[in-house]
Amino acid sequence: MSKVEFKQLSPADFFYRNRELAGFDSPTKSLYTAFREIIENSFDGAEIGGINPDIFVSIKEKSEDVYTIFISDNGIGIPGSKVPKALAKLLFGGKYVERQSRGHFGLGASMTVLYSQITTNLPTRVLSCTRGSEVIDEYHLMIDIQRNEPIIRYHNQLPNKKKWHGVAVEVNIEGDYGRAHPKILNYIESTAMVAPYANITFIDAYGILYKFNKVVDEVPKLGKAVLPHPRGIDTEKMLRLIRVARQKSMKNFLTSNFQRVGDITAKNFLKYVNINPDKVPSQLDHDEIVRCVQGMNSFEDFLSPETKCLSPIGEAVLEAGIKKELEPKFIASITRKPQAYSGHPFVVEVAMAYGGNKIESSSEPTLFRFANRIPLLYDQYADVAAKVIRSFNWRMYKVPQNGNLAIITHIASTKVPYRTAGKESISDRPELEREMKLAMQVCARKMRVYLSRIEREERSAKRASIFEKYLPYIAQFATKLSGKKQVPPTDFVKSVKKGDD
Amino acid sequence: MSKETREKTHADKVKDKAFKKLVALGKDVYGQLEEGKYPDFEMPLRASSNIFYDLKTRQYSVGKKRVRRSAGNVRHLKPFLQTMFVASFAARDLLQPGRTSTLRDLYYSSESAMAKMFGDQSESDKAITDVEAIIGMAREDFNIFPDARSTIYGDLIVSFLDKKTKQRRELNLAFNPDGQTIGPTLVKSDFVKTGADKVICIESGGMFQRLIEEDADEQFNAILVHLAGQAPRGTRRLIRRMNEELNLPVYVFVDADPWGMHIYNVIASGSASAAHLTGLTTPDAIWMGLTPTDITTYDLPTDNFTKGDLNRTVQLIRDPRYQKPYLQEELKVFMQLKKKAEQQSLTSKSLTFVVDEYLPAKFNEIAKMQRVGKI
Repeated sequence: MSKVEFKQLSPADFFYRNRELAGFDSPTKSLYTAFREIIENSFDGAEIGGINPDIFVSIKEKSEDVYTIFISDNGIGIPGSKVPKALAKLLFGGKYVERQSRGHFGLGASMTVLYSQITTNLPTRVLSCTRGSEVIDEYHLMIDIQRNEPIIRYHNQLPNKKKWHGVAVEVNIEGDYGRAHPKILNYIESTAMVAPYANITFIDAYGILYKFNKVVDEVPKLGKAVLPHPRGIDTEKMLRLIRVARQKSMKNFLTSNFQRVGDITAKNFLKYVNINPDKVPSQLDHDEIVRCVQGMNSFEDFLSPETKCLSPIGEAVLEAGIKKELEPKFIASITRKPQAYSGHPFVVEVAMAYGGNKIESSSEPTLFRFANRIPLLYDQYADVAAKVIRSFNWRMYKVPQNGNLAIITHIASTKVPYRTAGKESISDRPELEREMKLAMQVCARKMRVYLSRIEREERSAKRASIFEKYLPYIAQFATKLSGKKQVPPTDFVKSVKKGDD
Repeated sequence: MSKETREKTHADKVKDKAFKKLVALGKDVYGQLEEGKYPDFEMPLRASSNIFYDLKTRQYSVGKKRVRRSAGNVRHLKPFLQTMFVASFAARDLLQPGRTSTLRDLYYSSESAMAKMFGDQSESDKAITDVEAIIGMAREDFNIFPDARSTIYGDLIVSFLDKKTKQRRELNLAFNPDGQTIGPTLVKSDFVKTGADKVICIESGGMFQRLIEEDADEQFNAILVHLAGQAPRGTRRLIRRMNEELNLPVYVFVDADPWGMHIYNVIASGSASAAHLTGLTTPDAIWMGLTPTDITTYDLPTDNFTKGDLNRTVQLIRDPRYQKPYLQEELKVFMQLKKKAEQQSLTSKSLTFVVDEYLPAKFNEIAKMQRVGKI
């Protein structure tokens, strides 16, 4: 009998073996993913402290197919002692409360450090300094993949003479820059569009500098951390909550572990699932747990989910960013009221920008998609926004055949319903699709008012020019025909009369 | 005797009238412009809703409805301009210096007045028709003609003023054995003398030549007119004048198919596109054949009806211009036979069959029908 050896994989080892799950599959995609992971970290670092992000990022070719990404920010920084774990230990500090966050795969920069190590075998250099600190910590880090522990190759403390705070990272990645370049550029331009409160400087691998300056001062408030809503619970999560629960009764367990559940709701719910309110949570048997979880999904009297955990961009900021990046002639936007699907709150925001030279003129609107402020650049066709756009008859809204219309969609949620593990397109949940459609209708109606006016103005300008062109000829022919000498003036054309069409 | 005091010819009178009417239109528009108004004018509506068959004049006519064309309406603006151009061109560039122009000449002349005034010739032709409707006169009256393609042969002497020599000249239409081209001068010429007692209009050139060669003009004492398909307006006007001024009965000899029949009927009753004009129709013209009955009587070589032929026949049966009993009867024969024959199919008997047998028989037959009032 052969012996099968079961070995537990460390998270680092797991992601080492399944790196495509975290977006590191092809050399092109890997470079792009590394780039966005560290930029998103920098944004989070500044926004948490209410600081207008000021980010510098560059990509340089180090050797053939190896690129050095350097980034520095002005965020709150990571305390020196925590730097190694924050960057060189995967899944460090899990998120057990719910809050809208950028974190694309919940892996942050550590996955980038890991990928750098396995493709180039080089350490990642990190500088970090918290606000008011006298020293800057410098680390050269690698990861012990089997144990998921940081390896510190070098550590030094430098004097913080210029009172800097933030994080700077230099990481080497194997990748295909030529192919990744358009996506990287698209990503950073899109990011700038929804973050008009940030300064971003970017130097690409060809040495070209891109600068995005802030036009608003207000830094978005992060969503508050909240307890989970009962409707989003599954059995596994329930078991975990029960395991750590200190409450002595089911009623108390419900009111202290879930959002917006008070005494009355708890009592009614327990009656609904036929569980004694005074029962000790740890004493629930298997059947009761299953009944409880199923009941949470079907019980109708829970209040709708808490929305203070969400952080929509807001109409003013959204419009400011779009005006800055797309320079449209017209813009309309809406931030819808929060809604929920399966216990997860979400907010849909839509903006429509029309005209100008920067928006491509096309038979279909140009779509910019965002989820929790992150641009989504792949799988556009499958996205709920693209589906809703296809369902619109744009002629009805006076959009010309080859109009230059851009549509910007943002979904903010504690759990964005992605269609696939790749997290690049959002599924068409009915609640979401409905909100998306209503939001687009609101914007499109405003746009129609604008476009109708443009159409009218163009028509009357065209009419005036026709009169100006033809009437002098009529006068000339009438003069010749009547045998008169002087051609009568036709300057009354200026006060254009309305044709009866 | 000076030219001014000499008696005005028929052509001169028509020319003067057209010129006055055109200039009046110009003065009207000029006056409105002087007042700082968007000028407008009225004309008969030429839409099919306002065109009907007038039983009194026995031709297609335009009804009482009129439309106002205003330069203040953006959609009227270009047609207004085109109309004014055609009117000024006709009055000042044609009638006044005594020039003529073809439809195509006018189209090209517009380029020098204003680039791209007309999209294509059909647009300028339409503008000419508008001017006809406004002043109620035909384009020939203001010296615009289609390309001449129709000819005439027979014992008729006409007189006209030769523009080159400024002399009056007389012309015998039997002078040229190929036939005399029916051009603007001939259409407006004065008839001096004729020995003929009828006019035969022939659809195809081949048959026209055959009849000249076989001396049909002498045998039947007829003036022969080659229509060359659907007769040009000048030709129709000349036929009418011969019928009216010389009292000659007109016979129309065409192919045995619905299209041939319609060539006859346009001569007799006019067309919708010229409904706003008078003096083009010869209501008493007689369709002499080929009839579908002739096809069976003479056992002529035929072609089968196409779908288009059949549809056209159905249209004609319903057409108000085809309500005469003998036309209805023959149309029904077409529907049964579903065959057609060309005039020249008569040559299958012999080259002289048409003059020796067919035409004499036909004149007898028509005389008989006229006696019993069938025609």
